Amino acid sequence: MSAERSDGSQLAFFIDYSRCIGCQACVQACEECDTHRGVSMIHLETIRRPDSVQTAPQVCMHCENPICAQVCPADAIKKTPDGVVQSSLKPRCIGCSNCVLACPFGVPKYDAHIDQMMKCDMCYDRTSTGRRPMCATVCPSQALAFTTREEIERTRQGTAVNVWRFGAEVVRTKVYVMMPAQGPAIHIDTIRKGGPAVAGPGREDVASLLDGL
Amino acid sequence: MAKLPQSIPELVARFGPHLNRTPSGGWTAIGEPDRLVKTHCCFCGQQCGIQLKVKDNRVVGFEPWEEFPFNRGKLCPKGVKRYLQDEHPDRLLSALERTEAGFVPVAYGKAMDRVARELTRVQEQYGRDAVAVLGGASFTNERAYLLGKFARVALRTANIDYNGRLCMVSAAAASKKIFGIDRSANPWSDIPKADVLLLAGSNLAECSPITTDYFWQARENGARIIVLDPRMTPIGRTADLFIPVRPGGDIGVFNGMLHVMIERGWIDRDFIAACTTGWDELERTVHNYPPERGAQIAGVPASMIVRAAEMWGPARTSFLLHARGIEHHSKGVENCMAAINLVAATGRIGREGCGYAMITGQGNGQGGREQGQKCDQLPGARDIENPAHRQYIAGVWGVPEASIPHKGLSAVPIFEAIRDGKIKALLSFCFNPAVSLPDGHFVRAALEQLKFYANVDFFMSETSRYADIVLPAALMEEDEGTTTNVEGRVIHHRKAVDPPGDAREDWKIVCDLAGRLGAGDRFPFQSSREIFDELRLASRGGVADYYGITWERIDREFGVFWPCPSEDHPGTPRLYEGHRFGHADGKAHFQPVDWRPAAEEPDVDFPIVLTTGRVVSQYLSGTQTRRIGGLVDQHPQPRCEMHPRLATELGVADGDFVRVESRRGSVTVRASVVRTIRPDTVFVPYHWPHDRSANNCTAHAIDPVSHIPEYKICAVRVTRVPAPTDALASLEPEAGGVR
Repeated sequence: MSAERSDGSQLAFFIDYSRCIGCQACVQACEECDTHRGVSMIHLETIRRPDSVQTAPQVCMHCENPICAQVCPADAIKKTPDGVVQSSLKPRCIGCSNCVLACPFGVPKYDAHIDQMMKCDMCYDRTSTGRRPMCATVCPSQALAFTTREEIERTRQGTAVNVWRFGAEVVRTKVYVMMPAQGPAIHIDTIRKGGPAVAGPGREDVASLLDGL
Repeated sequence: MAKLPQSIPELVARFGPHLNRTPSGGWTAIGEPDRLVKTHCCFCGQQCGIQLKVKDNRVVGFEPWEEFPFNRGKLCPKGVKRYLQDEHPDRLLSALERTEAGFVPVAYGKAMDRVARELTRVQEQYGRDAVAVLGGASFTNERAYLLGKFARVALRTANIDYNGRLCMVSAAAASKKIFGIDRSANPWSDIPKADVLLLAGSNLAECSPITTDYFWQARENGARIIVLDPRMTPIGRTADLFIPVRPGGDIGVFNGMLHVMIERGWIDRDFIAACTTGWDELERTVHNYPPERGAQIAGVPASMIVRAAEMWGPARTSFLLHARGIEHHSKGVENCMAAINLVAATGRIGREGCGYAMITGQGNGQGGREQGQKCDQLPGARDIENPAHRQYIAGVWGVPEASIPHKGLSAVPIFEAIRDGKIKALLSFCFNPAVSLPDGHFVRAALEQLKFYANVDFFMSETSRYADIVLPAALMEEDEGTTTNVEGRVIHHRKAVDPPGDAREDWKIVCDLAGRLGAGDRFPFQSSREIFDELRLASRGGVADYYGITWERIDREFGVFWPCPSEDHPGTPRLYEGHRFGHADGKAHFQPVDWRPAAEEPDVDFPIVLTTGRVVSQYLSGTQTRRIGGLVDQHPQPRCEMHPRLATELGVADGDFVRVESRRGSVTVRASVVRTIRPDTVFVPYHWPHDRSANNCTAHAIDPVSHIPEYKICAVRVTRVPAPTDALASLEPEAGGVR
């Protein structure tokens, strides 16, 4: 992949949810990318606004064995040799939404106006020519970062993780997520639904400070 | 009488705000741009580097500028979308004159003749000071310098001020009183090197998003973060200590912290003895602020104040940042001084990772206040009442010292003088007081009193609608010049494209008008660079000394920090090194502060505190950002944030319409019921006009020293109301409607 520095180090995509400030610079910049101008592919989730201002960005995680491509009956989703899972190919996509249902991260969306699935392609026009993706370049908090593994380890606390366990199923992704020091995989099935930890792991509910005034 | 010439819906239909969503040529236009222009964002004081894509003399997009060291390519949503202003359908392309039938286009020369004639007539009839001039902190340094000179030399009115009066003046005054210089003391690169950060009154994530990465980098390095804010902001949410202070209660926290620090020996007595004055009096004052009393004032548990002192007091390195949250008060200067006392008491200033900063809000909030468009200052941050300063500037301008007016009125008193009939005519640039000044009904009534009003802007703002003549102006990317960012770094805005139609650069309008007023020989400038060269000379020897800064150096060095007295001087990224402060005695001067109430505290009739502020996708009065589709989608209309406990008392559910009403006026907006705000406080952002303008409610009380208005606290009552269906409510949200 040409997202490689002159010293040969590989650039990779890292998400650190604890840094996100919900400003939507990523959402606004995404639609400026030449491959899908005017359409934003990144998702910015507001976690639970009545209780918190926490937000979380979601780009395509670019799975090693992309389930979206596996379930596509029209073979419309291709992975590049450098591991980027592309958006659907227009001549092939039949708009069936199998990928939308199958993706464990909720990334692909069916666009009824064009009868086609569209999703993040890691700004392939940019990353394939050595430039950083729009979202990770502009991100003011660097919750989205496109840099080398060495740089991340030098400048960030926590661990970069790209292995996800959904019960017995293991998914490896090209995109890393920064986690507090822990095991090598993220166990999705052990995160309690609707749990209280909106303020982040190990912290009390920050809003309770305000309730008590 | 400057009444609106047409109804608001008629004016909106013709002049907007309308939304621009697509770049010039549409989204599908492809092809390489003709060039990339390295310049800076036109919005806030961060002044992020950005490259504008230009094709066929049109700005068609942007590309991050990753080499510029302050932001390394990072941009907030406003920076990403700013390029959509250039080809905007609302751009003013010709001068406009008000007639009985509304605004009609008029030849530029004819409009300028009328402006000169009317200003002369008013001055002849009512005296020179009967004409006021208002400028803006979105001006380049060159324009700010020129407008100050224009007011003093061409019009010879004392009454010139600027919208930075609504932004930076409390911080400026406090900084000058304690350290002797009005500037952030440190470059931003010192933030990640601090062990503890104290952020007071700044919704950093929304108002200066780029600074977030500096904060998070400090956190990665092990720093602990303390945040004071009545709302849980994104920074407050993950702070090590979030202190949800009552609006106006900050001094309780600061004095209480210092009380604890003295008790526990966490102050630098050697530094205090050698490098400061006024300590004994400060110590006596804060003796009366044990944490329990501070807690009563601040409306938070005393344990939080103790904890803050425990984090801040013994730290090895520390960095304080404050912004409008503590500055927008009738005691704004006192709030800032109480905060800065915490820095000086520890001696942690003037070295790597140790210092403090005011987070400048407006684009050229720093430079815009140094070049002489404030009512009390001459270029180089000089004092207009200091005989030596006056003499020096008189020499640069080639005018008799006695001809330079003395201190005039600041922004809010200018509007009081207009209301009282003492000021009869107004010339304003880049300022939308109908939305941005407090007590909106008072401001709009004052505008109606003007005998003549000339307004210069690139869009028809809510204030332009009151003008007799509107002159079309150029955007930042249509002019060239310098600004000074939040750090005191002087940077270069490059011109990307020519202004459209009859629109022209503010400095050309000012020089043209000076000529028509008979002062053309003092305004011979053919380029903004020539203005910068005179500014360098005018600032020479002043506190804000730009003499050694050239455009070439700025380009070569990614900006130069003032003071920079000669071309071989490296500039001054960090002030006060060696603990040499800006006062004549070289010392820091402690300023003891006692807490006092706001001009208007809640009472039986108006029992709730209203505090106002910003959202990330809108900028100031919204003249620019309420015209950009993507930014409006993100925050289409203001909402009233309230705690569920208050909402229950009021019988309000999330999404209900509420009227927020003070003694002066009201807004009707939807409620947003969230646990992220104090139960005794509601919040409404201020970017919108008419019945959606939070400033209908705010009071025009001002700080006695800085003259900043008290935007952050006034008393209101809140009532659930039916959905409004009047003509203003039916406008699009960006025009002041509601959905």
